[in-house]
Order: sequence, then structure tokens, then C-alpha cells
Amino acid sequence: MRINTLEDLKYIRETGLKKLKPKQKVRISVGMATCGISVGGDAVFEELKEKLKNREDIILTKTGCIGFCHVEPLVNVYIPGKGILIYHHVQPKDVEKIINNLDKAEQLDNVVCQIDKWDHITSDEIIYGEGFTNIPCWNELKFFKPQRKLVMRNSGIINPEDIDEYIAVGGYSALFKALKEMTPDEIIYEVKGSGLRGRGGAGFPTGIKWELAKKEKSDIKYLICNADEGDPGAYMNRNEMESDPHSVIEGMIIGGYAIGAQKGIIYIRAEYPLALYRLQKAIDGARHYGLLGKNILGSGFDFDITISKGAGAFVCGEETALIASIEGDIGRPRPRPPFPAQKGLWGKPTNINNVETWTNIPLIVKKGGDWFRGFGNEKSPGTKVFSLVGKVENVGLAEVELGTPIKTVVYNIGGGASSGKKVKAVQTGGPSGGCIPTKFFDLPIDYENLASVGSIMGSGGMVAMDENTCMVDTAKFFLDFTVDESCGKCVPCREGLKHMLFILENITKGNGKEEDIGTLEELSETVKTTSLCGLGQTAPNPVITTLKYFKDEYIEHINNKRCPALVCTALIEFEIDQKKCTGCSVCAKRCPTKAIEGILGKGETFKIDQNKCIKCGTCLEVCKFDAVIKTSKGVSNG
Amino acid sequence: MNKEQIEDIIRKYDNHEGRILGILEDIQEIYKYLPKESLEFVSEKLDIPLSKLYSIATFYSFFNLKPVGEHIITVCMGTACHVRGAKDILNNLMELLKIDVNETTEDGKFFLTTEDKHFSLNTARCFGCCSMAPVIRVDDKIYGYVTIKELPKILKTYGWKSK
Repeated sequence: MRINTLEDLKYIRETGLKKLKPKQKVRISVGMATCGISVGGDAVFEELKEKLKNREDIILTKTGCIGFCHVEPLVNVYIPGKGILIYHHVQPKDVEKIINNLDKAEQLDNVVCQIDKWDHITSDEIIYGEGFTNIPCWNELKFFKPQRKLVMRNSGIINPEDIDEYIAVGGYSALFKALKEMTPDEIIYEVKGSGLRGRGGAGFPTGIKWELAKKEKSDIKYLICNADEGDPGAYMNRNEMESDPHSVIEGMIIGGYAIGAQKGIIYIRAEYPLALYRLQKAIDGARHYGLLGKNILGSGFDFDITISKGAGAFVCGEETALIASIEGDIGRPRPRPPFPAQKGLWGKPTNINNVETWTNIPLIVKKGGDWFRGFGNEKSPGTKVFSLVGKVENVGLAEVELGTPIKTVVYNIGGGASSGKKVKAVQTGGPSGGCIPTKFFDLPIDYENLASVGSIMGSGGMVAMDENTCMVDTAKFFLDFTVDESCGKCVPCREGLKHMLFILENITKGNGKEEDIGTLEELSETVKTTSLCGLGQTAPNPVITTLKYFKDEYIEHINNKRCPALVCTALIEFEIDQKKCTGCSVCAKRCPTKAIEGILGKGETFKIDQNKCIKCGTCLEVCKFDAVIKTSKGVSNG
Repeated sequence: MNKEQIEDIIRKYDNHEGRILGILEDIQEIYKYLPKESLEFVSEKLDIPLSKLYSIATFYSFFNLKPVGEHIITVCMGTACHVRGAKDILNNLMELLKIDVNETTEDGKFFLTTEDKHFSLNTARCFGCCSMAPVIRVDDKIYGYVTIKELPKILKTYGWKSK
């Protein structure tokens, strides 16, 4: 059917609510974003399917990821009248226990929290039930408490593959309002007023970008969703597309109407097959209801969206390279101006926004720019989803208001370093960002503050590093990345970065010289100021920040040939603590180069032949008695 | 090479946006790499110079120009995986599969195949599964929280035998 009137929308909404909150039936939904699937969510789903074959009283479905990746696989069990219970670390063997104890679910030990009500924002708050006694509400958990879910308003609750459920929680009501009650200028006014800034990293005001694109006169205009989430360590966009794809689509249709574009393209990286599948399904669903295509909602506005796949090139996140890639060329950037708003795809005015920017649009249209300004701070309104990963206990997706201090994210949400270590820095902004040491952890997170300490907001990657992370190695890691991903067009980026990497490699191999630090600083400055596009202009940031805040580590490597974090293989050795060794010989059996010898049962005889050792660390990992130690010139983990 | 199959793929892309990459990706899905004849055929059909297709195939890391093994193992080298030991996982896999580090392919990409063509090993910049770091992918299946200890077990499910 086509949706044309408010009554049509309400009708679908009722249908969706019956699926989301069945009156008489239990609804079990398994968290099946890529993260959940990779730790066994799919096996749990299959087991449930098998066990529920003859159970008419239980509905089984999929949901996205609520962000608490640390405790996945997650299973939501909705019990009519009571609410939703979330089970954590569910394995196929737990399935029987869960479905056989629905009436006493509260007593099971693997319930992590409950949801009695939820603010999907685009609808009135939905009451899922009266709640369960003795089970904490989701927002009482330390992980969720400091969070504010605007972008992730539906993630992990609704079935992302069912448009009816998106409509049930108020989806497409913002589009309805935009097309039926607002002019394009009024929409742009609200978006400008909201202060929303590009969530892809640079933070350019979205409303102003739209205004520029709208002003251009052209027979055809394009609109692009940049879903080429290439920053290593960042996966917010993947989750937004996998868990709530319609929010992206709805944002794009509104954007198309506002700037006068007829065609939308989602440029998505090839590494995200599930996101691609769900987006395509969402597009098909929207077309079916007349929300895409000709005469959307009977308003006379025509707009359609297609998907264009990337093929593994980081530089294609840069907008002019991205356009070249869609046009079927290699992804090399070109100088700006002209900006894509003037001459973009096929030479026509084109507006490009990041996935997360698009998901914010329905909120702003529905609730108004002023409402949006109520979150975040003056210069950076709204929230930002961070992928909090690396050496913290609670890894996952954390959506906080901008202006939240770094320490709240790392310690309150992240729970600090895992395994009793100390966090020493967070890396934000991927290869374009920097490493921020703990002394700046009071800093409220926003675009300007992160820039003031040499990093950038970026797309939202936040990788925690602890004392076992070597900062020289980290700088080398990012340089290795950018050297590989540099498109090779301009000299500073192509050659400068390569030379910087060469120096860093020497330092980590113990061949560093004192003057290397000065050379690195000089090269960083040159590459930063003379590169053609954002990739090169920001690529030295990891080197600059580690040199600035962790110079002592560089000096240790250069002067003392020592890696204090015990990471740089050329500077470390593995040894066997013969007092601890029981002579079990597991290490010798697993050693790929047969570098370990000893007499079975005699711990005091086990030794590593340093000439044969390739320092792969297998012995350390397989030893059950902590008898293998890693050393670097007097520093050791023993 | 099955010409009809490739013609079907070309026909599927009536949209100009993302057409060429899409066609090449679909061809690779069938053969796991881009056979030379298939590129020649596409070049002729779409009237695009073969040199341009070659530059695309070598620019984007997704494409392979050489046949690959039966099972493809990809080690994620993203930041989260890096700080959680992805390099050790990669080195260990190379040792287990007996693949020489110096065997880089002609196009400079890191893509190594075992002698018996049973496994190919490569790296990716980030799967976006950072919360499960370190992560590897075998064919279409992603394994999270991988440890060196369990690598042989994972490989065995794909027919690997320790030598």
C-alpha cells in the first residue's frame, strides 16, 4: 500500500506496534548486528528458531545492537505487561533455560537489565510494561547512565528489517511533517538553528552546507550519504545502518526535499555486507509504502535512493574522492573549489553528509532546532556516538551529549582499563586524529576542544590505550596505514609520509638517532601544510601528538634501545622463568620455530634459543604458569 | 569464463552511479578474483580502456588479480585490533599456514596463498567489529576475541592439518 495521509501512517503504526508490543505473546529478539553475530548471536537465533517451532505463544525476531557490545550476544525478552528483559552473554545452551522460565525470568542469573519504558523521541514515550522487581533498569547501569540516546533511539529495540516497527516508534512522521507542513527553507532554517555539525569528522555546519546546495540552480542535484566508514577503530556508522537503517533513509529524503535533489546515493564500504543488506531492504520497504519514488506521500516530490559500493580505499571517505569512486574512477581527490555543492557528481550540485548526520535530521525536523540545542554545548549541540574500544573494560558504543568530559566516557561508561592496568591515553579521530594523554581527561568533548590538544573529533572512534601500548608503535601503526592508503597524487603525502614511516620503523627497530625527532617534527609540519586533501593534511597528527605528549617513550627507544611497553619486537626478548616453569612443554610444542627446548617435567631445563625466536608471543600465551616473561633492557612483565 | 554470466551482471547495473565497481565486485564474487579475460570482456562491452580497469583493480584493495585459495582468512588490522595484538595473530597464522612473509603479490597487495591453494591470507584495515578485537574473518564468518591459542582450532574447521 502507499502512505498518503496521516490516517495511512497511523494504520501502519498500529500494525507495527502490534509486532513490537504484542498483546498476548512473548517477543524474543536477538541482537544481530555484526558485532552480536560475530560472538555467536546467529547460533543463538538458530537455536531459538528450532526450539520455538511449535510455540505459538512466542514471537522470534531480530534486533540491532543497543551498544553494550562487551556483554554480547544479547537477547531481549518482552513479556506483555511486564516489559523487556535483556539477557547477556547468551549461548545456544542457555536457550532452553530462557524459554522454559519465562514466568520466573527475573530469577535467572544472566539478566543484565530491563526496559520498562523507552523514549524513541519521534513518538511519545513507549511503555513496554510495569517493570520487574529486583532487576535494574537499563539506565541505572554504569555503562548507560551517562549516555543520552538520540541517534541510537531505536537501536537494539526495534527489528531493523521491518519498516512497520520503525513507523511504530514514530518513524517517517518527521518526513510527513516536512513534506506536508514545511517549505524547504523552513527545514533549512531548523537545521541551521539546531547547530548540527557534520558527524563525519570535520564538523562543518550541516544547515549551511544545505543552504549552499539549495542555492545552486541545476536541472538535477544529488545527495550522498557517506557510509565509507574507514577510520580503523570506529564502527558507529555500521551500527546505525544495521540497527536503524530507516533513520538514515528518512533523513536523506528530508534532505533531498530541502535542497531540491532528486537522487540520493549511499556510498557504503564493501566491508559492511550486513549494513548494505539492511539498507537495501529499508529502501525496498520505503518504496513499497511510497516513501521513495514518485510523488512521495502524495506531495508531488520525487526522490529515490540507490546504493553504491566502495571497494576498500580509505581515501574515498574524502568527498571529492568519493564522488570519483561513484563515477567509476579510482578514488583520487581533486582540489576544492569548486566544492561539491557547486560541481559534484557528474558535475552537478551535490550535497554529502555522513550517516550519523542523516540520522539526526528526522529528530530536528520533528522536535525543532531549539529542542536539539538543548543537548550538547553552545558550539557543538547534540550528541555523538563514540565507538569506545581498545583497552577498556566495557567496550561498546557510547552516545553522549557533546561537552561530556573524556573521563566520563573512559572511566564511567568504559569502566577504566581492563585487567587492572592503567589507561594512559585515548586516541580519537582515527589516522587523522591524535593521542590524548590522561592529563586532558577533564576536557569536555567537542570539536574545538579536541582540536586544541592536537586531535580531532573524527567520526567517533575512541581507542583507549594502556601501559602495554607503545606510543611509538602506535604512531608507526597509523603512518603505515596512511602510507598504504595515500592515493599517491600529491608529493608531500606520498613521499613525506613514507619517509616519516621509515624513520619510525628505524626507531622501533632500535636504529633511531637523536636527530630523528627533529626530522619527524619538521616533516610533520610540511606534510600537514602542503598536502592536497584532508588525508595528508591530518596524517601527521598521530606522530605530532605522541611526540608532544609521550616524547619520553621515543627517547627510550632511541637512546636506550628499550620499549617500555614491551611491544616493539626488535627490542624485546622472551625468556623462561625456570623457577616457575613446570616443564609441561606446551610452549615447546606450540613454538612455530622450535626455539624452545627442555626435558619434559624438568622446568629448570627449559630455555628459549634467541637466535631461533621470532618473538611471536605464542609461548607467552599458551603458558598456564606465567613462566614466560617478556623483557626489554631491564623492563619486564614478570 | 562464462560470458553470459558477466553479461547478466552488466545488465543488472542500469544505474550509472557505482556501476563499474559494482560490476567488478560481482565478478569477483563468482571467481573470488578478477580473471584477465573477464576484464577484457567488460572493457569491450562497456567501451572502457582495459588500462583503466586495471588501474581500478589495483587501486582498490578489495580486488584480486590472482586466483586465491579455497578459504580466505582476513586478519583485521584496525586500531582496536592492533592494540589487542592483531600483529601476533597475523604472524602466528603465517607460521601455521607456512606462508612466507616475503611472498607479496605482483600488484603489491598483501595476499598470500598456501601452496596447496587451500588457504589465502590477507589483511583488512577494519571490519568495524572493534568491540570484539582482535577479529579475523574466514570466508564470510567473523570470529571475535581471537587468541593465538585457539587459532589451530579455527583452522581445523576449514580442513587445516598441522604439519
